[in-house]
Amino acid sequence: MIQAASHDAPSSHDHAPPPATFTVRVLRQDAPDQPSYWEKHTIVRENDMNVISVLQRMAAQAETADGNPVTPVAWDCNCLEEVCGACTMLINGRTRQACSALVDKLLVDNPEGIELRPMSKFPVLRDLMVSRARLFRALQKAKAWIPVDGYYDLGSGPKQSPADQEVAYPLSECMSCGCCLEACPQYTKIELTKRDGETDAEFKARETSAYDGAFIGAHAISQVMLFNTHPTGKMNAGERLDALTAEGGIQVCGNAQNCVAVCPKHIPLTTSIARAGRATTLHSLKKFFDL
Amino acid sequence: MAKQRVLIVGGGLAGLAAAMQLAESGTDVDLMSLTPVKRSHSVCAQGGINSVNELTRQQGDNEHLHFDDTVYGGDFLQHQPPVKEMTEWGPKIINLMDRLGVPFNRTPEGFRDQRRFGGTLFKRTAFAGATTGQQLLYALDEQVRRWETAGKVKKYEFWDFLGPMLDENGICRGAVAQDLVTMEIRTFPADAVIVGTGGCGLIFGRSTMSMACTGSAAARCFRVGAKYGNGEFIQVHPTAIPGADKLRLMSESARGEGGRVWVPRTPQDPRDPKSIPEAERYYFLEERYPKYGNLVPRDIATREIFSICTEDGLSVEKDRLCVYLDLTHLPKSAHDKLGGILDIYEKFQGVDPREVPMKIFPAVHYSMGGLWVDYERTPSGGLKPGSPKNQVTNIPGLYAIGECDYQYHGANRLGANSLLSCIFSGLIVAPGVQNWMKAIPGGPAADKPSSFYEAERKKHQAAHDKLLHRTGGGENPYLIHQELGNVMTKAATVVRYNNVLRDAYATVCELQQRAEKCSLSDTGNWTNQNVVFTKALVDMFPLARTILKGALQRDECRGAHFKPEFSPAGIDASASPTDRRRLAEEWCDRFELNTAKWCKSTVATLGADGEPQIAYEDVDTSLITPRPRLYGLVGAEAIEQVWNERQAAKKNGAATNGSAVAATAS
Ligand SMILES: Cc1cc2nc3c(=O)[nH]c(=O)nc-3n(C[C@H](O)[C@H](O)[C@H](O)COP(=O)(O)OP(=O)(O)OC[C@H]3O[C@@H](n4cnc5c(N)ncnc54)[C@H](O)[C@@H]3O)c2cc1C
Ligand code: SF4
Ligand code: SF4
Ligand code: FES
Repeated sequence: MIQAASHDAPSSHDHAPPPATFTVRVLRQDAPDQPSYWEKHTIVRENDMNVISVLQRMAAQAETADGNPVTPVAWDCNCLEEVCGACTMLINGRTRQACSALVDKLLVDNPEGIELRPMSKFPVLRDLMVSRARLFRALQKAKAWIPVDGYYDLGSGPKQSPADQEVAYPLSECMSCGCCLEACPQYTKIELTKRDGETDAEFKARETSAYDGAFIGAHAISQVMLFNTHPTGKMNAGERLDALTAEGGIQVCGNAQNCVAVCPKHIPLTTSIARAGRATTLHSLKKFFDL
Repeated sequence: MAKQRVLIVGGGLAGLAAAMQLAESGTDVDLMSLTPVKRSHSVCAQGGINSVNELTRQQGDNEHLHFDDTVYGGDFLQHQPPVKEMTEWGPKIINLMDRLGVPFNRTPEGFRDQRRFGGTLFKRTAFAGATTGQQLLYALDEQVRRWETAGKVKKYEFWDFLGPMLDENGICRGAVAQDLVTMEIRTFPADAVIVGTGGCGLIFGRSTMSMACTGSAAARCFRVGAKYGNGEFIQVHPTAIPGADKLRLMSESARGEGGRVWVPRTPQDPRDPKSIPEAERYYFLEERYPKYGNLVPRDIATREIFSICTEDGLSVEKDRLCVYLDLTHLPKSAHDKLGGILDIYEKFQGVDPREVPMKIFPAVHYSMGGLWVDYERTPSGGLKPGSPKNQVTNIPGLYAIGECDYQYHGANRLGANSLLSCIFSGLIVAPGVQNWMKAIPGGPAADKPSSFYEAERKKHQAAHDKLLHRTGGGENPYLIHQELGNVMTKAATVVRYNNVLRDAYATVCELQQRAEKCSLSDTGNWTNQNVVFTKALVDMFPLARTILKGALQRDECRGAHFKPEFSPAGIDASASPTDRRRLAEEWCDRFELNTAKWCKSTVATLGADGEPQIAYEDVDTSLITPRPRLYGLVGAEAIEQVWNERQAAKKNGAATNGSAVAATAS
């Protein structure tokens, strides 16, 4: 390996040069019904490493710090550019994307090494892989789409002011990563197991109803506001507000504001929640008087 | 009759467009993807999507010009009718995406804003911030979720497509796939299978593409007899940030704003770049091209950066090829203008490019080649709507769309054209597939005996079990992948030499044999990513060999395929006018000969011995005659004059003939 050029460590004048190797502790779990356990790996530091490349090196090495052969750690990723949302995990205790977590920075903050854990609010499939099916189910429940007439050529979309576009665009950057849910005190883990004799369809239905009964989450509330302010989406605003006032809706939010602090896309979640709160109140009143 | 189903493999822009279109017109869809579809590679596209629009139209633009730019950019290697049709659909597609809620940037009056992008004079590109691909994909993902909620689409996310199932008549009857969590292998009987599985950048190790872009799905179709077209045409982006895991795109605007490209004159000078004195820096673009400096055209920049590292050995780092792209001397105003892209660099490299020169290197970016697909032409040169031939591979019932087909971009892709081709091919494939399903020879998939499907499943299960339990060997799949990437990047990207390609082919064949001896560090049957990766690796070889062999055999320069040995030289500028004329005539003769010989698609089939067999297919260039690219060539004016005269003469000849025919007819 070649020596790091002197500028590679951020603010290297303040700190000792980066170490030649470092330790990674991973919380592993072989399957959903198995106990979890810690495993330690030693990685040779290279330039420009992020946590993804650490996991890649671990897979290629296939042995622990003590030299025991082990299976590669399972994890989820795709874009490696922090736009697909796949690689969310807990890195040194913080919920974030592995692809944008730079090793040198992590080592400056925590010279002992790096600790990796799966997200705690979703069922672990294996190691750092979790099932975020509930997160996507919330988007179905919220009817997070524009119900267009069809895909024939019916001319252009509605005009929109740049100001409205500037409000919509950040909300539309939500990559369904789940950080906001991991950080939310009101969002608690739901993990069901298939019962004996239950068919796949029955299990899926039971799971969906469990998801629907629990908190929908900040990401979905924000998506409701995205679609409810779109000139066409607005026409069905009521249906989406119904989803937010149903069981597991916006009333569950305790306004802890953890979500907004961890969103990697800096989506103004608490603004969305406040707007949704006002809209649902009005919506409920209106429905009450219409009855 | 049992209800018919279509299986779509891949939920990028292409797969999602097909899914929503099929669902709307009543067909039940199974949609399969390695990742949740919302996380597909299409989210990475930043720049935008092209189409003619009301504004450009009034500036003289029209669909035909967009068509012309696309085939000219592709060096005339694509069949013209599908491209013509695509450019005509362009405005309708942007309108549809707008209706679906894509937050396109707006003008003060509220119209969609447009900008200029790659190879055109018009502001054809619609964009949504710096995340156009993400925004387009989300709009389609939302529509598909709507159909999923309505029960028309069933998603199979975290599934790996293992291959199509062909019956005794060679008709595709569905596919076999594996659940990436439980590792269950099962069959998906289907009346048509549409593959929209994206590019194959991972064959080059690291690229600008996402981790799912292994090309494995296309390779698995190739293995059972699907043809693969124009494999050797791989687009390389001149400036990417070389990360340890991925090469991330760095917009060319960094050079445009005054960035200077250099390397230390001492190879791998260990000093802090800012402390290296001017005299010891080699600003190689400025020295070699005093007229253009750092603003040399894209292909030249790519080649020079590549060769300064590979041939001159002047890479900044030894193990990772790169040069400096220096913005540190620029005023704050320039930094502010580049804000967004500088932030990306800082986020992934951890250093501020305003303070420290960036490190960049060219990176594999797009695969123009892909599964060979057909189309049905109308007399006027468009596509026949609803034809079951549109987008079908040579295997009946197996369709390919998006980046994994070879249809739209010829020898090179224009910026912002691929998002368009993905959505377009996804939308038009639907009615053709529905017509195919009305009269499938041998009846619908559901009527096939279950023994047929069971045999297919068992075949794949046996192969999987064998791989899991292979003992001995001892090869490490991750290291073989690295080696493959190094060989491919060196031999088959920016500059290609026959001797290098020949050696690379031999090396890749050796690597392929070693890959067959991989030992797995995980032999379990639960979320085993080790075995999934190894399978994808093994399937990279047929495509890698096709790319190399196609490049080796193609002794010419066309689009992204550049062989210095066969680069057409300009003509002597100091020659007398008569000599110049003669030289220009000869140049045009050579060009026409080369067009006759090489303006042909490469079409590969995989031999039983694993050797790709290469044939050449005539290209339908009936709508726009191939013409030379003279940009930057010495003597271009003289050549152009001769060329134009010849074209005019041909046209007159044709016109005279035409009127003669008309006269007899009346
Ligand atoms: C950094 C970057 C920037 C770009 N910018 C632009 C731009 O500005 N404008 C433009 O026009 N183009 C751009 N492109 C190109 C464009 O993004 C792609 O060509 C396009 O998104 C490809 O879409 P797709 O639908 O064909 O495939 P993808 O989006 O790649 O989707 C492929 C799908 O197939 C699935 N899949 C793959 N293999 C399997 C398997 N074995 N089993 C099951 N499923 C599988 C994947 O999970 C995924 O769902 C850019 C590309 C890159 C890399
Ligand atoms: S503000 Fe609401 S949604 Fe956000 S973290 Fe707090 S409780 Fe959760
Ligand atoms: S709102 Fe932010 S944190 Fe939550 S899922 Fe979306 S991108 Fe992730
Ligand atoms: S891999 Fe896509 S966000 Fe990290």
